Amino acid sequence: MAKVLWKGNQAIAQAAINAGCMCYFGYPITPQSEIGEYMGDKMPELGRTFITAESELASISMVIGAGTTGTKAMTSSSSCGIALMQEAISAMCCAEVPGVIVSVMRGGPGLGNIASAQGDYFQAVRGGGNGDYKTIVLSPSTIQEAIDLMYKAFHISIKYRNPVMLLADGILGQMMEPVEFGEYPYQDDDVSTWALSGAKGRAPRNLVSLHMADGELEKISDRIFQKYKIVEEKEMLVDKFMTDDAELIVTAFGTTARIAKSAVKKARKAGMKVGLFRPVMLSPFPEKELYETAKSAQMILDIELNQGQMLLDVKASVFGACPVEFLGRSGGGLLTDTQMLERITTLYNKIGVRV
Amino acid sequence: METSIIISGYGGQGILFAGALLCHAAVIEGKNTTWIPSYGAEMRGGAANCSVNISDDEISSPVIDKADVLFALNLPSELKFEHRIKPGGLMLLNTSLVKKIPERHDIEYLNMQLNEMAEELGGAGFANVIAVGAFVEKTKILSVESLKQALKEMIPEKRRNLLPGNLASLEYGVNFIKNLTKVSL
Repeated sequence: MAKVLWKGNQAIAQAAINAGCMCYFGYPITPQSEIGEYMGDKMPELGRTFITAESELASISMVIGAGTTGTKAMTSSSSCGIALMQEAISAMCCAEVPGVIVSVMRGGPGLGNIASAQGDYFQAVRGGGNGDYKTIVLSPSTIQEAIDLMYKAFHISIKYRNPVMLLADGILGQMMEPVEFGEYPYQDDDVSTWALSGAKGRAPRNLVSLHMADGELEKISDRIFQKYKIVEEKEMLVDKFMTDDAELIVTAFGTTARIAKSAVKKARKAGMKVGLFRPVMLSPFPEKELYETAKSAQMILDIELNQGQMLLDVKASVFGACPVEFLGRSGGGLLTDTQMLERITTLYNKIGVRV
Repeated sequence: METSIIISGYGGQGILFAGALLCHAAVIEGKNTTWIPSYGAEMRGGAANCSVNISDDEISSPVIDKADVLFALNLPSELKFEHRIKPGGLMLLNTSLVKKIPERHDIEYLNMQLNEMAEELGGAGFANVIAVGAFVEKTKILSVESLKQALKEMIPEKRRNLLPGNLASLEYGVNFIKNLTKVSL
């Protein structure tokens, strides 16, 4: 099939449709409004559900409702909208309710601005909800990857009964590039063993996030963290570019990683042994993979469009194997490959490797 | 080879369309391409721009630092982006709206009275496609045929009446360059 030119937001929406998403609930916010717009156009035509919710709180609560029945459902929003969903995301993890959340980051904190940024790494990966939980977070750096990861998001959300977030940014949502959709490649797990489908002819079930009985919550907590271990082992995604002989390894995610790849290519042309390590799954974080990659390097340079958030996970993973430097820009400003190359060059000369 | 293009002007001049047109043609030719618009509070009469990359290889950075080509369809665009063109690059200047004397000596300027040309073809709305026509004829980055095909694919059924005017505008831009070449010979 020939490639077709698609806008990021619309491609994400179409990928959700292809993945069998039956319900979309959302409230418009730049820079992701085209997702809701596209869904509003297509979902009713397909006989599926589209609701413009009265708020982001309502959107995510509707996702919970649909998710408890084993139905594939999603919402999408941006920074300050995702902030409102945190309580519900924690509840979903505890009650083991699937659902897909697309977060297209804009500038923050507060209402911030509408420029592309990466200041919501913590929001996505750590989460602002209460208790011990993890959202599974996938981070695309091209529109093609956004499509492929949307497929994966729906699949693993049902498989592990946990919310999955696709963490994109304004540029990815707004840009166009040629893509290929392909068929939804997964065979989804049977939901009939747990879904709330009506108790006629069977014992009643419930999916709740309140567990008052002695020791019950601890058991649940242990079980869901066991699950995250399995996700880490079986679903982990990383992208490594020229890291094998690299003296300096750049770590970056999303659109920034894409720009960083350009800087890495330029550095290679200039004779510097530089590589790129891009975590595609941000939560659980690819600790082992990064450690294995970093231990043969002299230095890590973490680049993000924030004040240094993934940096903490990078440092924890590298575990002192080599020094970790940081280059960032916040508040919606972009880093060009020229600026990245400048820092790479300075650091590369510092580690005393002959160029 | 990778070509980076910034197209800039007023909202309503068809800035985003011109960029998308180049991208569509690039896809038709099997090339890689990216398009990033300015977005959000943009409106008719305000500032609009888009960044387009066209390449035979994988495009790493869709964000343009220094561009090979700038389309400056109004004065604010010229002022904002003149210093963002690579040495040896090209600026396509709409001299209907930009009366300023160019400042750089290390880039090529292609001056076109786009508004007057568009009026000749029936409306200011054709200026963007005339510029695209001139650009592809000058640089040969894409074939005129692919652009015609892209126009046919991009203009929706209900706006079909605009297709002949757009095709004529493309030709106009192409011929403008052909005639320039003849003069210089």
